[in-house]
Amino acid sequence: MSAAILFWSLSIAQFLLALAMVAAIYRLIKGPRAQDRVLSLDSMYVNAMLMLVVFGIRYGTTIYFEAALVIGVLGFVGTGALAKFLMRGEVIE
Amino acid sequence: MNDFADLPVWAAVLVSVSVLTGAFVTLVGCIGLARLNNFYQRVHAPTLGTSFGTALILLGSIVYFSLAGGRLAVHEALIFVFVSLTTPVTLMLLARAALYRDRAEGNGDVPAPAGQDVEVGKPE
Repeated sequence: MSAAILFWSLSIAQFLLALAMVAAIYRLIKGPRAQDRVLSLDSMYVNAMLMLVVFGIRYGTTIYFEAALVIGVLGFVGTGALAKFLMRGEVIE
Repeated sequence: MNDFADLPVWAAVLVSVSVLTGAFVTLVGCIGLARLNNFYQRVHAPTLGTSFGTALILLGSIVYFSLAGGRLAVHEALIFVFVSLTTPVTLMLLARAALYRDRAEGNGDVPAPAGQDVEVGKPE
């Protein structure tokens, strides 16, 4: 009973997160400017992190948690570097 | 696929409601990212996913691993602390960069830098 509830709800949650990534990809392609693309890339980082957390619940292992943590760190660094690049034209001055 | 460690039904319902609500809130944020009109409106939308979506999905993960493992597992709170600390920093940097670019190109109706709009309103 509880296994069926968890299986279907986690599958639906993963489907919703995939739809969220599709919406972010739509904004990534459509643009119109560079800051919109950086913003959609940042939200795709967050969606991928949440997707990995849901995978971790689904397979009952904590390995996915560490991958999600790494993706969160890389999202912060990547978006910060891209925003700095848009602001100044260089990342490290 | 594990067998979900024969959780009780109330725990399965709690994890399911929390994870589903979190995923739905994240989807709403990304639909807002795709549909809103200009950049300064769009920069608000994905923060639904980084605040409530992340909090609810990680709450479901904490409840599941605490009940399945038989001991309190709060390591997911680390992700929540990190994301909720870093998202405002990056999005503020990005919004400032966008404002700088719009001002430099002179397009849109972005506000002028502080100190210049005082001169506009001053009577001659």
